[in-house]
Amino acid sequence: MARTTLGQEVLTGGEATAHAMRQIRPDVVPIYPITPQTPIIQTFSRFVADGRVDTVLLQVESEHSAMSAAVGAALAGARTMTATASQGLALMIEVLYIASGLRAPVVMAVGNRALSAPINIHGDHSDGMLARDSGAVQIFAQDAQEAYDLMVMAPRIAEHAAVLLPVLVGQDGFSVTHSAENVSLLRDEEVQDFVGPYEIPYPLLGDRPSSQGLFAMPDSYYELKVRQAQALEAAEQVFADVGRAFALRFGRHIGAVEAYRMDGAERAIVLIGSTAGTAKDAVDALRQRGEKVGLVVVRLYRPFPHQVLAEALGGVERVAVLDRAVSPGTYPPLYSDIRAGYAGPAELRSYVYGLGGRDTAPEDIERVYRDLLVPRTAGIRYLNLMGEDQHGES
Amino acid sequence: MTKPGVDLTPYLRQEMMPTVWCPGCGHGIIARSIATALMELGLDMDLVAIVGGIGCSGRAPFYFDANSMHTTHGRALAYATGLKMVNPGLTVIVPMGDGDAAAIGGNHLIHAARRNIDITAIIFNNSIYGMTGGQGAPTSPVDSRSTTSPLGSIEPAFDMVELALAAGATYVARTTTFDFQEMPKLITGAIRHHGFSLVEVLSQCPTYYGRLNKLGEAPDMLLYERDRTKLLEAFGPAPEITREEMVGQMPIGLFRDAERPEYIDQYHGLVARAGGGK
Ligand SMILES: Cc1ncc(C[n+]2csc(CCOP(=O)(O)OP(=O)(O)O)c2C)c(N)n1
Ligand code: SF4
Ligand SMILES: [Mg+2]
Repeated sequence: MARTTLGQEVLTGGEATAHAMRQIRPDVVPIYPITPQTPIIQTFSRFVADGRVDTVLLQVESEHSAMSAAVGAALAGARTMTATASQGLALMIEVLYIASGLRAPVVMAVGNRALSAPINIHGDHSDGMLARDSGAVQIFAQDAQEAYDLMVMAPRIAEHAAVLLPVLVGQDGFSVTHSAENVSLLRDEEVQDFVGPYEIPYPLLGDRPSSQGLFAMPDSYYELKVRQAQALEAAEQVFADVGRAFALRFGRHIGAVEAYRMDGAERAIVLIGSTAGTAKDAVDALRQRGEKVGLVVVRLYRPFPHQVLAEALGGVERVAVLDRAVSPGTYPPLYSDIRAGYAGPAELRSYVYGLGGRDTAPEDIERVYRDLLVPRTAGIRYLNLMGEDQHGES
Repeated sequence: MTKPGVDLTPYLRQEMMPTVWCPGCGHGIIARSIATALMELGLDMDLVAIVGGIGCSGRAPFYFDANSMHTTHGRALAYATGLKMVNPGLTVIVPMGDGDAAAIGGNHLIHAARRNIDITAIIFNNSIYGMTGGQGAPTSPVDSRSTTSPLGSIEPAFDMVELALAAGATYVARTTTFDFQEMPKLITGAIRHHGFSLVEVLSQCPTYYGRLNKLGEAPDMLLYERDRTKLLEAFGPAPEITREEMVGQMPIGLFRDAERPEYIDQYHGLVARAGGGK
């Protein structure tokens, strides 16, 4: 088999994402800057200016306009990508629902960051969680390599005939977007070949004129919405298939979830994003001391892979679900999602961590594993909350 | 102008110093002018509200010892409208970036001007998005360089004064950070004016705009501001000057200081006529 990678390069998650975009060669990329997404669009702008990719770069006046332009371009028959974060994603939400409803397969990178108020530019998942009912496919990367690989996979998922929905690829603000690590890039031709040409069934421009977004009365709206929801459900299989094709071709397998040292685990943590790296170190340390602990990292968040997650958890006894977002008034998003579909034997517990960029160290993760040894009543525990021992560790 | 040695500290939050602004940033000169205007007006700072958006300019409200709010990018005028409606006694000042005013929040600007609500908007126009790292703005001149237009901008820039005049603002002025002596006078007039006031200040961002456009250090940029502008009076009584004539000699000064019914007055007048508000 031909060597498909260019070898390792030291890149930030943002730069790696821009490389994926360059290699995918989108026709149109509407952009509007916001921290920590800026390295993505600035690196990509440079590629366009240097003639390394032939993309129409549309500088618009807000994220609302960026997503609107993206929907227009995608439906006109252009492969369209964009990127945002935080307040920018919040502003895009209205149009993200339109993108899903009109089945516009826009691919978007998100540098996940806290939401105002008060203003905070650091990493957490509050912005991503705003999009969880939008109908978009949502994937979260753990590190720069995954941010790159998932971006390469994303157009095939978005544009699949059974899906035709926007795809959001999240990466944690700063800890991934701005952190340099070794990333192995694929060859440009390999990426283009893997992604294939852009084809959607009913482009606005084409032999079959179409009108999109027309009024749907009570006699049809409901059916359209259910079909849209079914398309999102279908994305789980498509994600798995595209992941398998990616693995066969490039030798890196990216599943909907990653089970890390779950063999024989009695206690497990489930989380999303870059804290996986910290948690893996903690698991290694505890395993060395003979403790039966494991980790499950959720990459595919919408559609939620209930079955795959249950299989990854296996016969574990206690599970700590770590959310980097809250859902005030009820349990946080990831915990609620797991709870809704999990019928296994384990006791599930909810923990919140890292809001607004609060540090989470391996010791914090070890404390959670220790906490899982102790019986607890239901409720949400807040890691590293200042001034209070909300963790409840005795 | 405030003489050297004039004490502006009662108007500023000492505990917030030094500012976050880069050395040589024009935003500090504008903030100083606002403080000078507040002093000259002798305003009770408890009756002043400073509402900012997001950006380097959006940090300005932090530095005044007044009621202040840090809101969302481009929306400060909408927050300020709510605030002023229910507390018309407050003097409401909205420092805005050119991004706040002309890009994401352009809509709010034209509607505040159209209604003629008694708010003073001060645009810190550095022709670029400073805070996010020097991307092109709707105020970036044609051919100017930014991190998102490395080959030069192809879009015409907004003239904020023309925009404000057309939208109905009743006090409209433009100055530069070079003209730091004139600036407090224009800001004082704007705050005193009853109706929507807009003062556009051409400011320098040496860190991004200056570097990317090879305009030198902050002092060089001040001279650049001087050289690309011309006092409105100096254009003479000639008829309308054309855009072509304005290239390299953007007019500065007071463009409008006119009376038109103010929005909150109109609103309460209507309520009274309808027999409400008793
Ligand atoms: C909805 C939203 N989108 C994007 C941003 C990111 N952002 C912060 S400041 C800024 C531009 C600032 O430019 P300007 O208003 O000219 O102020 P300056 O920093 O130049 O003073 C942007 C785009 C944001 N805060 N909110
Ligand atoms: S980046 Fe530019 S606008 Fe922002 S503080 Fe520095 S010099 Fe001023
Ligand atoms: Mg600016």
